[in-house]
Amino acid sequence: MPKELLKVKDLKQYFPIKGGLLGRTINHVKAVDGITFDVYEGETVSIVGESGCGKSTTGRAILRLDEPTAGEVEFDGEDLLALSKKDMRKKRKDLQVIFQDPYASINPRQTVRQILEEALEIQNVVPKNERAKKIADLMEVVGLGAHQADRFPHEFSGGQRQRIGIARALSVDPKLIIADEAVSALDVSIQAQVINLMKQLQRDFALTYLFISHDLGVVRHISDRVIVMYLGKIVEIGDKTSIFDNPHHPYTKALLSAIPVPDPDAQSERVLLEGDVPSPINPPQGCRFHTRCPFATERCRVEAPELRNIDGMKEGHMGACHFMEEIKNGTHQVE
Amino acid sequence: MVKATDILDQEPILEVKDLQTSFFTDKFEVKAVDGVNFAVPKGKTLGIVGESGSGKSITSLSILRLIQNPGKIIGGEILFKGENILKKSEAEMRKIRGNEISMIFQEPMTSLNPVYTVGQQISESFMIHQNMSKKEAMKRSAEMLELVGIPSPKQRVKQYPHELSGGMRQRVMIAIALACDPELLIADEPTTALDVTIQAQILELMKDLQDRLGMSIIMITHDLGVVAETCDYVAVMYMGKVVEYAKVRDVFKNPKHPYTVGLLNSLPRHDIDLGDVELQVIEGSVPSPDNLPKGCRFAPRCPFATELCHEKLPDLEQSDNGNQIRCWIYTDEWDGDQEVDVSAKRTT
Ligand SMILES: Nc1ncnc2c1ncn2[C@@H]1O[C@H](COP(=O)(O)OP(=O)(O)OP(=O)(O)O)[C@@H](O)[C@H]1O
Ligand SMILES: Nc1ncnc2c1ncn2[C@@H]1O[C@H](COP(=O)(O)OP(=O)(O)OP(=O)(O)O)[C@@H](O)[C@H]1O
Ligand code: SF4
Ligand SMILES: [Mg+2]
Ligand SMILES: [Mg+2]
Repeated sequence: MPKELLKVKDLKQYFPIKGGLLGRTINHVKAVDGITFDVYEGETVSIVGESGCGKSTTGRAILRLDEPTAGEVEFDGEDLLALSKKDMRKKRKDLQVIFQDPYASINPRQTVRQILEEALEIQNVVPKNERAKKIADLMEVVGLGAHQADRFPHEFSGGQRQRIGIARALSVDPKLIIADEAVSALDVSIQAQVINLMKQLQRDFALTYLFISHDLGVVRHISDRVIVMYLGKIVEIGDKTSIFDNPHHPYTKALLSAIPVPDPDAQSERVLLEGDVPSPINPPQGCRFHTRCPFATERCRVEAPELRNIDGMKEGHMGACHFMEEIKNGTHQVE
Repeated sequence: MVKATDILDQEPILEVKDLQTSFFTDKFEVKAVDGVNFAVPKGKTLGIVGESGSGKSITSLSILRLIQNPGKIIGGEILFKGENILKKSEAEMRKIRGNEISMIFQEPMTSLNPVYTVGQQISESFMIHQNMSKKEAMKRSAEMLELVGIPSPKQRVKQYPHELSGGMRQRVMIAIALACDPELLIADEPTTALDVTIQAQILELMKDLQDRLGMSIIMITHDLGVVAETCDYVAVMYMGKVVEYAKVRDVFKNPKHPYTVGLLNSLPRHDIDLGDVELQVIEGSVPSPDNLPKGCRFAPRCPFATELCHEKLPDLEQSDNGNQIRCWIYTDEWDGDQEVDVSAKRTT
């Protein structure tokens, strides 16, 4: 049985909204509102959902790039939220992050060698006299070639820059990499190269990934388990086959059915959702999805459903909907 | 050289012939559009797909003659209802734009004016092109909002763009584009910035409007799923050129060009479990425009490239299944393996 590397419990991230003459906090954006999940060593867990559902906020809260409002984050047996700022900075050696736009997180005036050297120096990973060798190795590992180390980021293509971001994350021998839309900005032909690279590195270095993405095709390919979020909450979680082939939550079903299939003969039964995602400032009471859910009843409007496993779901597969059984049996009645 | 209209089952409303648009920078010429051929059938949808920088947007801006300095249309013909747009005066163009041909841009927020209400922006087109009074135009604007599925249209006309969600703004853009009942609608990545559930609504809306109003559509996208779902014909672009042009089914079921095959194979899919295999990739990356390959633009990345490919640029030719392809493999001059099967490695 693999061990849990990351345990997130009842995590909340509320951002204050200031207003009025005195600039007091008048309300909160409930970006992440009580989510619980574990990530096991060596696996890839993806977080999916529409824009604004709280995917990036979750990643940032785990890394303490924003201080979480409430909840627990345990990493490798250690309570991350209890660490001092200084100790947390040291801890980031084990938890690295790759962002969507590698340019935004790379200093454009540094060569790739300088970028990697800096990362190695801060975390003091290898003795000084071994750094050059380590950099050459990293460049080969991510497929850029050691001879390119003295070039500047702008001299590389988008896909190559993403490899620089990966090399930097890898340089400190992390245990967990949080990849936030790491391949989303890349063209498909380049995206495939970077995905293959990430999978290869995971095998070679026993990495664990928390993979944040809105691209369900990429997620199906790269994940072991998937978390579906809607408005700051987890609505469904499970192994990828369960999520893609046996979804139970009406939102997961609608999300999957909305994705256009690159096959003109595909006959898709589309669940067209009405309206837009409501604001996370005053999210709907009860089930957050009730304003768009085709199955919503009075109970959904008042009572928030908990994640649960029902008959016909694999172990570890859970959905947060009051009526999963009825919808499945076809006996559900919308008043 | 083949004619794009050869593969159409309908009359073309637009035919683009060997279009060339370049940008002249200090150091070199960027051939953004470099010999593009396609035709758009009446009442149907043509998709243009290709990677970032392949020339999709510049092609559509060229059709409307909206190319700005240092860009210039330097060659080719654009036949709209049989007449060459490139020969028209600027006054004639103004009548065509937003009236007979209109366009939806990628970023709704940057193309809507933040200081005017939605109603004012839709009305403008009615007042310019159809000489309506302000009051009449506002009434028609509300009707347009209703047409594109915006609830309480009479209140919405009075709102400003920032008061609307991303999906609603895109609906407003469509309302503006359709205000004058255009014959051709050019939609440049109309749903790229939207969530999939909202994208599904907008694509459904566009299909529905096409059925009702009978307009022709050019759908520009990099999403092959959107193409499969909404288009009747497809032009695949690579580095400023159309490399494959065919009916949608032929492109997906029987792709011929090594680039098209590579694209389809490198796409991870949410509806199919590929298992724990590596995705197929197209090796390398798109060359920079100052370093154009001399022969086939795809040769440096093509798994089949021969000496001929590296030396000489192939023309767009028609293959036996009807696809028009720019690739030496399908010509008599081909100097490689005669039995080569371009789609042999396909996994799906
Ligand atoms: N620093 C902040 N201050 C206030 N609100 C914030 C802040 N960061 C995020 N939010 C809000 O929190 C919500 C969740 O944002 P988040 O960035 O986590 O979404 P996401 O799921 O990553 O979306 P996307 O797919 O667009 O990246 C959004 O409503 C966002 O506007
Ligand atoms: N104003 C300009 N000056 C110089 N080059 C330009 C200019 N506008 C566009 N280009 C170049 O023309 C080429 C085609 O650009 P275009 O915008 O048509 O690409 P696209 O296919 O629409 O890409 P995307 O998918 O990213 O929108 C690119 O190489 C681009 O760099
Ligand atoms: S012409 Fe040659 S290089 Fe170009 S796509 Fe065909 S086989 Fe590949
Ligand atoms: Mg995000
Ligand atoms: Mg474009």
